[in-house]
Amino acid sequence: MNIINEMHLKFISKSTNEGFARSVVSTFILELDPTINEIADIKTAVSEAVTNSIVHGYKRESGMIYIDAKITQNKKVIIKIRDKGVGIENVEKAMEPLFTTSQQEERAGLGFTVMQSFMDNVKVKSAPNKGTTVTLEKQIISVR
Amino acid sequence: MLDTKYKNDILTIKLKGEIDHNSASSLRTAIDSQINALRPKILELDFSGVGFMDSSGIGLIMGRYRSMGLIGGKIKVINVPENIGRIISLSGISALGVLK
Repeated sequence: MNIINEMHLKFISKSTNEGFARSVVSTFILELDPTINEIADIKTAVSEAVTNSIVHGYKRESGMIYIDAKITQNKKVIIKIRDKGVGIENVEKAMEPLFTTSQQEERAGLGFTVMQSFMDNVKVKSAPNKGTTVTLEKQIISVR
Repeated sequence: MLDTKYKNDILTIKLKGEIDHNSASSLRTAIDSQINALRPKILELDFSGVGFMDSSGIGLIMGRYRSMGLIGGKIKVINVPENIGRIISLSGISALGVLK
């Protein structure tokens, strides 16, 4: 895998940073000349992962969220979103459509479903008190 | 902040900008206060001015579906732009009969 560009971002788990994070990532991939739909897919998937870190990973506490993004020579985007929060006990359960642990906050339980539908590949690495790392991959085709 | 119109028991609220976890909570409070004040028969949520929406927007729609159900009313989601149409169809909320 030949990496032609990469970036690293570190920010506090504040909900105002959700928009900041997805904007940075979508701007970073512009060199691949993505379509509007490809940009929207990536923005939405990043927003879901960052929101999960804020709402579930750190809950009401404050912590750092890390994004590492890479672009390969064959136009693949690899985005890693990582937190050092509470982690997920049962990743398989968390990834089920409509499963949510925060009913009061009106979470739809669709975060992982959206990531899986909008990206080519989604990997989740997590353990209780070890934080969570979500890796998102998408091949940019830019066919208009 | 919200662009609202109330006529013939229909409350129309035009949403603008980006809907995410950050903006959804204030939208929820603002919409519910209008629902409680006016008790409309139909709530129309107009998405024509929404440039971005993640699953927080789905939570917002489902929550208002419940708020309207509590007062015996209905909700309609109107003018969905193409860029957010995919997340709406993925969510399965069309099964609730909210899409116009």
